Amino acid sequence: MKYVFIIAGVLLIALTIAAGLIWVERRLLSVWQDRLGPNRVGPFGLGQVVADTIKLFFKEDWVPPFSDRPVFVLAPGILMVTILLTFAVVPFGPNFYVYDSNIGILFFLGNSSLGVYSIVLGGWASNNKYSLIGAMRASAQMLTYEVFMGLSLMGVVMMADSFSFCKIVEAQKGGWFFIPQFIGFIVFFIAGIAETHRLPFDIPEAEGELIAGYHSEYSGMKFGMFFVGEYLGVTLISALIATLFFGGWLGPSFLPPVFWFLFKTFFFICVFILLRASLPRPRYDQLMELGWKVLLPLALLNLLVTGAILIFLK
Amino acid sequence: MSLEVSMVKITIDGKYYEAKPEKNLLETCLSLGIDIPHFCFHPAMGSVGACRLCAVKKFRDKDDTKGRIVMSCMEPVTEGLIVSVDDPEAKAFRASIIESLMTNHPHDCPVCDEGGECHLQDMTVMTGHNYRRYDFPKRTYNNQELGPFISHEMNRCIQCYRCVRFYRDYAGGKDLNVFASRNNVYFGRHEDGPLENEFSGNLIEVCPTGVFTDKTLSKHFTRKWDLSNAPSVCVHCSVGCNTIISERYGSLRRIMSRYNGAVNGYFICDRGRFGYEFINDEKRIKTAQIRSNKDGIAEPVDNERLFAILDQSLSKDKNIIGIGSPRASLESNFALISLVGRENFYHGISKKEFLLTKTISEFLQNKSVRTPSLKQIEKADAILVLGEDLTNTAPMIALALRQATRNVPDEEAKKKGIPSWNDAPLRVLAQDARSPVFIATPFIDSLDVIAESIFRATPQDIANLGYSIAQKLDDRAPDSNTEKKDLKDLAGKIALSLKNAKNPLIISGISYGDEAIIHAALNITMALLSNGSNVMLSMVLPECNSMGLSLLPGKSFEDADLLGENKEIDTLVVLENDLFRRADENSVNELFKKSRQVIVLDHLSNRTTQKADILLPAATYAGSEGTIVNNEGRAQRYYKAIENKNQIKESWQWIRDFIKVRDTNHIVSWNRFDDIADSLANELPLFSKLKNYMPGADFRMLNTKIPRQTIRYSGRTAMNANIAVSETKLSQDHDSPLAFSMEGQPENPPSSLVPFYWVPGWNSVQAMYNYLDEPGGSMKGGDPGVRLFESAEEGNHIYFKHKAQITVVQKDEWLIVPVYQIFGSDELSSASTSILQRIHEPFVLMNKKDADIITVKDGDTVQLEILKIKLKVKVKIGKSIVQGLAGLSVNLPGMPFIDIPGRGKFHKL
Amino acid sequence: MISILRSMWLTFLHVFHKTETVEYPEVKPYLAPRYRGRIVLTRDAEKKERCVACYLCAAACPVDCISLQATEDKEGRRYPEFFRINFSRCIFCGFCEEACPTYAIQLIPDFEMAEYDRQNMVYEKEHLLISGEGKYPGYDFYKNAGVDMGVKGKGEGDNEEKPVDVKELLP
Repeated sequence: MKYVFIIAGVLLIALTIAAGLIWVERRLLSVWQDRLGPNRVGPFGLGQVVADTIKLFFKEDWVPPFSDRPVFVLAPGILMVTILLTFAVVPFGPNFYVYDSNIGILFFLGNSSLGVYSIVLGGWASNNKYSLIGAMRASAQMLTYEVFMGLSLMGVVMMADSFSFCKIVEAQKGGWFFIPQFIGFIVFFIAGIAETHRLPFDIPEAEGELIAGYHSEYSGMKFGMFFVGEYLGVTLISALIATLFFGGWLGPSFLPPVFWFLFKTFFFICVFILLRASLPRPRYDQLMELGWKVLLPLALLNLLVTGAILIFLK
Repeated sequence: MSLEVSMVKITIDGKYYEAKPEKNLLETCLSLGIDIPHFCFHPAMGSVGACRLCAVKKFRDKDDTKGRIVMSCMEPVTEGLIVSVDDPEAKAFRASIIESLMTNHPHDCPVCDEGGECHLQDMTVMTGHNYRRYDFPKRTYNNQELGPFISHEMNRCIQCYRCVRFYRDYAGGKDLNVFASRNNVYFGRHEDGPLENEFSGNLIEVCPTGVFTDKTLSKHFTRKWDLSNAPSVCVHCSVGCNTIISERYGSLRRIMSRYNGAVNGYFICDRGRFGYEFINDEKRIKTAQIRSNKDGIAEPVDNERLFAILDQSLSKDKNIIGIGSPRASLESNFALISLVGRENFYHGISKKEFLLTKTISEFLQNKSVRTPSLKQIEKADAILVLGEDLTNTAPMIALALRQATRNVPDEEAKKKGIPSWNDAPLRVLAQDARSPVFIATPFIDSLDVIAESIFRATPQDIANLGYSIAQKLDDRAPDSNTEKKDLKDLAGKIALSLKNAKNPLIISGISYGDEAIIHAALNITMALLSNGSNVMLSMVLPECNSMGLSLLPGKSFEDADLLGENKEIDTLVVLENDLFRRADENSVNELFKKSRQVIVLDHLSNRTTQKADILLPAATYAGSEGTIVNNEGRAQRYYKAIENKNQIKESWQWIRDFIKVRDTNHIVSWNRFDDIADSLANELPLFSKLKNYMPGADFRMLNTKIPRQTIRYSGRTAMNANIAVSETKLSQDHDSPLAFSMEGQPENPPSSLVPFYWVPGWNSVQAMYNYLDEPGGSMKGGDPGVRLFESAEEGNHIYFKHKAQITVVQKDEWLIVPVYQIFGSDELSSASTSILQRIHEPFVLMNKKDADIITVKDGDTVQLEILKIKLKVKVKIGKSIVQGLAGLSVNLPGMPFIDIPGRGKFHKL
Repeated sequence: MISILRSMWLTFLHVFHKTETVEYPEVKPYLAPRYRGRIVLTRDAEKKERCVACYLCAAACPVDCISLQATEDKEGRRYPEFFRINFSRCIFCGFCEEACPTYAIQLIPDFEMAEYDRQNMVYEKEHLLISGEGKYPGYDFYKNAGVDMGVKGKGEGDNEEKPVDVKELLP
């Protein structure tokens, strides 16, 4: 019974944050662009989320006649499922998690790899050249960044001596890992942006050149699932950054640990949005170059140095 | 025209060109595509060097760097001529001319009907004058009321003299002149009143600015750029002038002449130009109507019910009779033949007209005689008009005759070294010298002024004159039986003149309904042919497709086997024809009475349509495509400018639907116009030349159809927005290579498909230069139309026997002969409101002495009794009419059919 | 790297900037007199229609959303029989105003013309005509033109001589 409540709680938090992000992002972006953002529907424009959701639900659920229908329908679901599954291993508080797996990080990496299928299949099934190009870009981009995303976390794993998220958080009681693992943090952060294909790395969508990339043909709630999936991804990466590098639920005890966790997560979500507000999109080849030529060596170097120091300290 | 023209080399702006030496420099430049601004030069009227605008710089030789300014229109093209058009001084000179013309030109363009197609606007832009420095008061004039056709706004005049040169010198008008002096000259009439000349409408096109504008257009004014145009052929007489018809918002807005070097050239007559208004008439038949019983009222019917009724009346077991029309196209008539079969097809013309037309068309087909185009008429140097009032029955032939009179004096002038384009010296030198023209007509004729001899007589004597001439030319020809000395003398003189001419021309026609006149004219032609003469024969027919109809099989509907007692008719189909104009009332009524069902297709309500059991709305020529054959035997195609709305359909489409109803397995599947045109050419060998002579509906230029609309066509997204704001698909024209669109290549389509004239920089009709191989020459790619009689073989000359048919006129009886009117005698044009204002009341023309006998004066009303019909008519006293002869105006609106010539009595009221 | 952080910082600082948004229905923005909004047809000082139906606006219109038909009154004065603007097509470019030789057609600072039914965006002459002179008071085309269309006689215009007497031959 407890599990049911926790699962419900996790789902509630994750989906609420993801949905609320629609509003948060638009408001924040407008603050940074000297605008007001949505402020008409409900108090502070909060009703916009509901309005948008209703709109998405009531839109015609159109499947293009030229598409590969089953795959087309399946693709957005894959994204939602993989990301929501990962939330199972994220510890929201000391006793607030669905499952503390001893291979939590590997579970996360595995699931994020599966997320690529969603986008590649969605683009492929749309049977549209823009969608296909978007999907191709996405697959290359995500494969590239997965490589050192995993590598960048290995420093943390070494320091915590565990793949379990709970153990990692507890290992940070003496000091948050972002100081010793600063390079790892930076690499993971950048890889996280690329994994969620958020701006400035939203090359698979690149509306200026590809209309809307892999989801050009999607509308209604199918598009909504891609849309929410993206925000879930942002939340997940932010939560993981908080967990892995900023001590998770740890914090002064005048507030409950869950709050600290959510606070840190929300902070990184805001950083994600700030990035979107301030940086232009790089070219596709620049993105790949950055991945293979800079971040991969950096991650390996970080791993080498961390390992060396750990051996030295032993 | 000799094919071998020695060319000379000239240099224009440093480039070498080859040019014809008989042309002037301006014409040469215009045909080479070099734009030189000009006003007073007009290719049809030559140069006078009055406006000074066409200045260019001429250099003595290669070493001459200064040069001198000359007027290009007065500069003959000579070997080694060096000129510069782009020279800065010449340019400045031209700009200063425009600037000074502009000092008095008002700020009228927004309310001026010429705006947008104004030669002055074009020239102002071309010379680069763009700012008025002069801001002193402008000169003004009072305008005149010039009748229903033409508006007058003298303020806009730039004193180029084109109007009077056209009106007086070219068209022979008397009532337009130039008044006052110095910079006050005034172009107008001596007092207000309608311009009397039959060609006054051309002033609209001749005037380079907005002094003379189209009054009928200004009632529903539309700019040139907003008009949707189509190439058409005039249907108001048998000459077949080419026209451009223009549509906007579903109504026909105006008619302009369309250049055809072989037919009408630059001009058309007023009947053709202003006769279009019937198309927009409220009385047009717009819906299909049926009458359930013979005396009931016709009621509109929808298509579904209509075809259910047609299904019965056209079923296979029904005996159908078709009556064709000389004002319907060849294709519509042919469709009717296909519906009813050749043996059941009748020509909707009187027996007499049928015989006469048939005589002419058979003669033209079988004898190797040239039927001249108007262009060739203009080249004739001795002309005999035998019994035809050309000005009223074929006005453009009369205009061509006036030009022909200049051939002999011009030939003289050439010997003195005056080129043919140098108009003023030619006219001064010629004075009253003219090519010999002989006119033999019963009544006063406006061509009398150009005639060398006038023969005023009864139709019989006119025929006698003809026979005598033929006999004088060839002894084998039968002589007339008259003993009149003056007639014989005149015949001798005319015969001599015709014999000596290089290009003699005989013109006659059927308007007096006299077989003898036609036989006489044909005899003269044969006599000249046997002399080896290069004779031309032009026969005037009554209607636009009279010639075409006479080439189709069938008999006159007045023939006994149709009107006879025992003929059974289930369904009678009348195609675009008012039979009450063709035969006497009783026999037409009889025909309708014995037809169980009468189907009539027509545009305007008339007495025949009132008798119809099923009345179907047929598109006018402006809403249909078709081919008509003019009196010369030239088949020409016209295209639609108006899209047919609601139930209105082209006649051939209606009849095609009839065929489908009558015989569902019929092999005929005419989906579009090309299909029926091809079947016509395949089934009737005479028309085989028509096959593929026009680009078909699949013709494309740069992958698009030819646009009917200009690139500036406005209001597309608003014109139908009051009905529905969503724009509908452009309507498609599947029948022709023209599109109801502005998309496509507007310049230089095939010559027969020119919907409007426009070239960048040339918005006025003068843009025509770009469509001609040279000013006044042929259209690029050849003049439109195909001549059906070209391949006639050498025939043997069997002269027509002289028939003594003297109408015995009793005492107190007069021989009544028809008088035709340019305005009124044509059926369709007389329904136009502007023409209606120029139509006279029914009148009789008679000699003063005859009038004295019945004690009436000019202007009195008398009662005329003829063939049991009583008519009230006005008396007009005419000079030189022979006694015992009276002319009755015919075919005027409201007049019954009267089979004249015949005997009539006058009763004083 | 530094420049990226710097631009993020600069973006962040916008939190403290004033927002530019005008909350439109509550706060009306200022529109200059020559703002290109709704199109009107004006009248001259004598309250007569200025439009002379010359078709220049229709010709200038890049989206062809103006259509009209000229007609004449008893005195020959030209005016549009109908004048229709399809505002659902109009792009408010103002070419029609520039083309108008009589200052009849003018664009005014009003843009509040949204409709639920697109058909209502079609304005006929009665919707377009206003009773005033708009931005250019005092101009009367017919006083400057040479024609006599019931406004002034021949030679009575602002810059005209008396009509020529054709019968006079004095130098």
